[in-house]
Amino acid sequence: MIEVKNLEKSFGDSKVLKGISTVFETGKTNLIIGQSGSGKTVLLKTLLGIHKPDSGTISYDGRFYWEMSEDEKRELRTEIGMVFQGSALFDSMTVAQNVAFPLKMFTKQSKSENQDRVDFVLKRVNLTEAHNKLPSEISGGMQKRVAIARAIVNNPKYLFCDEPNSGLDPNTSILIDNLIKEITEEYNITTVINTHDMNSVMEIGENIVFLKNGLKEWQGSKEEIFKTDNQAVVDFVYSSNLFKKVREAYLKG
Amino acid sequence: MLVRYLSQIGRYFLMWKEIFNKPTKWSVMKGLILKEIDDLIIGSLGIVAFITFFVGGVVAIQTALNLTNPLIPKYLIGFATRQSVILEFAPTFVSIVMAGKMGSFITSSIGTMRVTEQIDALEVMGVNSLNYLVFPKLMALLLYPFLIGIGMFLGILGGWMAAVYGGFGTSDEFIGGIQQDFIPFHIVYAFIKTFLFGLLLATIPSFHGYYMKGGALEVGKASTVSFVWTSVTIILLNYILTQLLLSS
Repeated sequence: MIEVKNLEKSFGDSKVLKGISTVFETGKTNLIIGQSGSGKTVLLKTLLGIHKPDSGTISYDGRFYWEMSEDEKRELRTEIGMVFQGSALFDSMTVAQNVAFPLKMFTKQSKSENQDRVDFVLKRVNLTEAHNKLPSEISGGMQKRVAIARAIVNNPKYLFCDEPNSGLDPNTSILIDNLIKEITEEYNITTVINTHDMNSVMEIGENIVFLKNGLKEWQGSKEEIFKTDNQAVVDFVYSSNLFKKVREAYLKG
Repeated sequence: MLVRYLSQIGRYFLMWKEIFNKPTKWSVMKGLILKEIDDLIIGSLGIVAFITFFVGGVVAIQTALNLTNPLIPKYLIGFATRQSVILEFAPTFVSIVMAGKMGSFITSSIGTMRVTEQIDALEVMGVNSLNYLVFPKLMALLLYPFLIGIGMFLGILGGWMAAVYGGFGTSDEFIGGIQQDFIPFHIVYAFIKTFLFGLLLATIPSFHGYYMKGGALEVGKASTVSFVWTSVTIILLNYILTQLLLSS
């Protein structure tokens, strides 16, 4: 569980996070949604320790991130898996080397143990024939799956995903969403996904945090988002006619 | 503007400290260092050999063509070639060229990693990205004096070939010139310079790549800025070292 209290972050005169408090639950897919500029990415990067908050606390299962020593922070980071928006795979490494990277860096396993683990996670993300290919030689969807494999290879307790569906076709997006949800449940990890894809919200949104202008405007599940009368959420989530009709149908039962 | 420059200089020295913090596992680092030796040192052998050989030849020809007074001995061609190549052309001139070749490679590769969030990925995993990316380059460039040593040899060889086969003097005269008034400290001075230039070549381009912001266009701009600053720093350091080590 990741608990955030009164998180504030400014860049120069611009206050991006204005006192956010929320809880990201273990074993659930926690989604951060909101318009561009609402503070989603800054919140995610602050959770990851890439940005230091001006005030407020972030605790990972009771461990307060900004009260930790550098060694403790690095230790905690080995428990974190991250899927970046552009996948952030290392260009010079093959798919298998990318996935094996956290194992090589942080474990004392033998080469064959690493190889077995890499084979296992690549199979888990349905990618069995790309071991020796470079990231530039595979499709965007495959790159995302490699990024997920790399993020989970070290059995993380926390999984962060920044726009995991950006640039993917609808079919691949659903595959990626379901894969993340399955992994979250299977390994009982705390997953935080930053997205503006409403399909993801409807598909896997178990705990949704809606941000507006740096503030938490609303929080609830995908079922609750249908019933909410919060106008900001309704305007954002049901901006397309299709989703409006889906909502009307849902409310009519 | 002055404050900005001072802040950048301060950041550069803080980067040095961070490079040695939290070292990467030796089993991983070993491979990275060997790869950088291959990319930066072995990969530069060809261009260094080409430049020094022909520059040595040109120095010999120009010296010969300027020796119009018959009283001036021919061995001066070898002497001038040796002095020019060892003191300046191999260590300084080649380092400026390397600021372009190695420097733009280092800045653009690290800058691209920054733009594509690969550096963020390293940090999120708990890897000290500066140690992981810059330390191997620093270690590889400890072999930079070896590269320049080869350049010195080839520069003088180029001068000898130009002088002898160009008909400007005999082999004995040229070799006599090379041996004339030889001061071994000049070699030490040249290698001290080369060693320090190597450290600059590894760190200044890394600094510009690591701390760049923006997209692909900014990677290009960072490479250009990195080349300018590496060259300026090499030239200034060259002046300071020459003043300190040779003027006594």
